[in-house]
Amino acid sequence: MPVLLYKTALASLILIMSLLVAMYSTLIERKVAGWFQDRHGPNRAGPWGLLQPMADGIKLFFKEEFMPDTADKFLYILGPSLTMLIACLTSAVIPWGPDLVIGGKTYALQVADINIGILYIFAIVSIGVYGIMIGGWASNNKYSLLGAVRASSQMISYELAMSLSIITIVMMTGSLSMRDIVDQQQGFNWNIFYQPLGFLIFLICAFAETNRSPFDLPECETELVGGYHTEYSSMKLGFYLFAEYINMFISGAVMATLFLGGYHFPGLDKLGLSPNIFAFVSFMVFFAKITFFGFIFMWIRWTLPRFRYDQLMKLGWKSLIPLAILNVVITGIVILVNH
Amino acid sequence: MFTKYIFFFLSVLALYSAVMVLVSKKPIHSVLFLTLAFFAIAGHYVLLNAQFLAVVHVIVYAGAIMVLFLFTVMLLNLNADERSPKPAWVNFIAFVAGCMLMLTLVGVFRGYDIRVAQDPSLSQIGLVKNLGRILYHDYLVPFELSSVLFLTAMVGAVLLGKKEQL
Repeated sequence: MPVLLYKTALASLILIMSLLVAMYSTLIERKVAGWFQDRHGPNRAGPWGLLQPMADGIKLFFKEEFMPDTADKFLYILGPSLTMLIACLTSAVIPWGPDLVIGGKTYALQVADINIGILYIFAIVSIGVYGIMIGGWASNNKYSLLGAVRASSQMISYELAMSLSIITIVMMTGSLSMRDIVDQQQGFNWNIFYQPLGFLIFLICAFAETNRSPFDLPECETELVGGYHTEYSSMKLGFYLFAEYINMFISGAVMATLFLGGYHFPGLDKLGLSPNIFAFVSFMVFFAKITFFGFIFMWIRWTLPRFRYDQLMKLGWKSLIPLAILNVVITGIVILVNH
Repeated sequence: MFTKYIFFFLSVLALYSAVMVLVSKKPIHSVLFLTLAFFAIAGHYVLLNAQFLAVVHVIVYAGAIMVLFLFTVMLLNLNADERSPKPAWVNFIAFVAGCMLMLTLVGVFRGYDIRVAQDPSLSQIGLVKNLGRILYHDYLVPFELSSVLFLTAMVGAVLLGKKEQL
């Protein structure tokens, strides 16, 4: 039973960490926006605006709980809840660091080391559209429905290129387990150097999957009011917005795991640290990589304008998917020649 | 012991949602209940130590097919009151056909001798490595042929979907 206890504790810890990171990402996002636009950003609540996320959370909780008259009540509530749940599911297969040693026993810093970790991530990504579609439909509003249809067709389209770009990693590693993929990238042997094209495709798709700018058409204010969450208020809206930040954090973690060597860092294993301190330092390295991706997400959001819808579809279907297939073919040939 | 309770929970969930697919008034609820049924079945696959099959089941059915269903139902905006009621003879024929299917199934399962797999290597067959070896070693030709079939279906769908004459 101690294993079960440990796993439960780890899962709760990861959940709390995702929520905390998502909470403070909202502040960092606004600070970054302020920096890019040469202004201060939020600085009233607490020192440097550090209490701003709490203030926002309290505000969302105390806002009026509004439900449209013609909405499908159950599905209206199910939508944001499902979005939040699915956003939190992916973190289960991500290896957060090397093994801990407590009292002579090793404990893995990973909730579930299943042998199909990558497929699990595909599965979660592919069911991610449900929350948005259900919410958009249940609101019974044309803007919500259009936003939901846009969001889901965008997510379905980019899912394909995303999966194809990861297939090359699977081909190189010969395993579907996240732990194996990380362990193959020991030192500076990162996948990004072997798969630069795959990384680029995955990065672009990650933006589209999280509905972040420049692919934030689902909530295009000028034409769709607020997109799928037009009719949402209070904490239900908060859930939708919050899930986006969790998704950002998790997709950063997935990218760091698959392409940037996870928790590995050149020269780290030569320092001769004791296992637990080593695990901690490795985790911090991993976290730094995730933070880097988080910054890229924000950087692009405040730099690039949004795509037009037909451009988005053209990019997905006519550029990214053929490129990803080409990448698969080239990788296959190279592996065959080296074999 | 623990897995037994999970099995019962999943079975009840699968049956309940399958019934609700038929009983639900709104088409969109039917679609969502069908998705739930697929998830319950995926859970059964995990209990049978076939994780690969479970995840692929979720990706293909819940992630792709049911999303398209949801799309169609949403865009057509089907509602219970807009559907024209079926004539009585259609219901009667459906009832008879359903009863016959039920009878056939009961007959098949009565004659079937349910056994637990004795070969210990069989319990590992659902793992992705073993499955891949079997698919690409023993059943390579049928596997490739079925992939060609899929490709044909895809090309056919695109061709049919094209509006202008070729």
